[in-house]
Amino acid sequence: MNIKLKRKIINSTALLLSMAAMAFGLFWLIWILWMVFEQGVSSLSLTLFTENTPPPGSAGGLKNAIAGSAIMVGLAMLMATPVAILAGIYLAEYGRNTWLGKITRFVNDILLSAPSIVIGLFVYAVLVAQVGKFSAFAGAIALALLVIPVVVRTTEDMLILVPNTLREAAFALGAPHWKVIMMVTLRSAKTGVVTGILLALARISGETAPLLFTALSNQFWSLDLSEPMANLPVTIFKFAMSPFADWQGLAWAGVFIITMAVLLLNIIARVVFRQSATQH
Amino acid sequence: MPSEKHSENLIPQISIRNLNFYYGRAIALKNINLDIYKGKVTAFIGPSGCGKSTLLRTINRMYDLYPGQRAEGELIVDGKNILDKDVDTIELRAKVGMVFQKPTPFPMSIYENIAFGVRMHEKLTRNQMDDRIEWALTKAALWGEVKDKLKQSGTGLSGGQQQRLCIARGVAVKPQVLLLDEPTSALDPISTMHIEQLIHELTKEFTIAIVTHNMQQAARVSDYTAYMYLGELVEFGKTDDVFVKPQDQRTEDYITGRMG
Repeated sequence: MNIKLKRKIINSTALLLSMAAMAFGLFWLIWILWMVFEQGVSSLSLTLFTENTPPPGSAGGLKNAIAGSAIMVGLAMLMATPVAILAGIYLAEYGRNTWLGKITRFVNDILLSAPSIVIGLFVYAVLVAQVGKFSAFAGAIALALLVIPVVVRTTEDMLILVPNTLREAAFALGAPHWKVIMMVTLRSAKTGVVTGILLALARISGETAPLLFTALSNQFWSLDLSEPMANLPVTIFKFAMSPFADWQGLAWAGVFIITMAVLLLNIIARVVFRQSATQH
Repeated sequence: MPSEKHSENLIPQISIRNLNFYYGRAIALKNINLDIYKGKVTAFIGPSGCGKSTLLRTINRMYDLYPGQRAEGELIVDGKNILDKDVDTIELRAKVGMVFQKPTPFPMSIYENIAFGVRMHEKLTRNQMDDRIEWALTKAALWGEVKDKLKQSGTGLSGGQQQRLCIARGVAVKPQVLLLDEPTSALDPISTMHIEQLIHELTKEFTIAIVTHNMQQAARVSDYTAYMYLGELVEFGKTDDVFVKPQDQRTEDYITGRMG
């Protein structure tokens, strides 16, 4: 066979196969998004944000669940991000080839792939069972434990991508190690590190299992961290499983809100980074 | 020839005595003895892997960053053996600056790129810093091109400008010695010419050691040339002598293009 023709055929086949794979992936994603959109939009109303979760049969909203999710996710990020970034810096800059670094990396990878229900049970055992009650604080800790391995991993990966020549250049000017990290390496890896944080944020926004064992849920408005707190994932779980149509509608609305929030967050991050990239 | 050497008033800025260098167990520099003279340009030439970059990276203790690399012997800078354990590498690197093969602007503005190194060693007022940055950029023949965009990022400059920014950054710290590790190998001929002219200018205030793969460049810019081969210093002398009448057969083979 003509070699040029053969190459063309191979090229088209490879292209076709990869397009098919992409279409297969996109098909489910679009279906999911469409369903969320269709069901969610029809249940949307202003009362979602102004009223608390109702008893079955009466009208209500998701105010307490939205606020609870925001509080616990925010608290979890606040606790986890500094620890995780510092750990990532240690792994990439100080402990790259040390035994402590290798062990930390290995343990972190195990944590990364641990099912979230295991984390939930762990916090239940060491905190909820000891104190004797479910609390928002326990929920935030469970979420934080999910964030840490993700951010450790992405921070380390992004810092390792920074070329050594850049580090050497900073050292050659007589900069101490911590200044090299703060001013040069971390700054170069900024985009990637923040992307990792957002990825983790997106992941925990929808986590149900760890909250089921820790924050549980709350029918009422509560901002007390030592009490059970309402949150979107558990509310969605509870309402979606119920036989009441109005609860099911609220569950769809909750799903829609989480999806949109994560999507919006990603878009904002992209826009912000594009702007800072053109400035540089 | 040796008498000629002594007729000039040469002060060694750096004295290297019995220097050995190891990458783990592999020896990379064998018993190097050499003086780098004050206010002169000393070029290091030789085939890839001969140890010339390693030697340069020993002078500012760059090898410290990598476990398993170590140096033995004496390397005297300012009357002190800088290979000693107790040497403050931060202080040493303020005296011995370095410019690398690839331009490495930091992800910050042109102004901050230069201020970064200065702030490590001196506390200057805003005005003093402005003056220092203008001075350094002028020394690096870059002031005219960037004076209106000091707030813009250093990574937005062309390759040749970036390399001059790196030179300005090194100069701004006011070191005694500047180490240039193949500073033009990633640049086009025009930028290379700019930097070669710059090297000549800089010798008024700094001692320069340059590693280069380009023999014409060594001949053009340096006062002294060291030819290295397989971790040994084969020949060292005035550039004119080394290029015109090399004493060692291996040097002659290399510079006439029979090897390397």
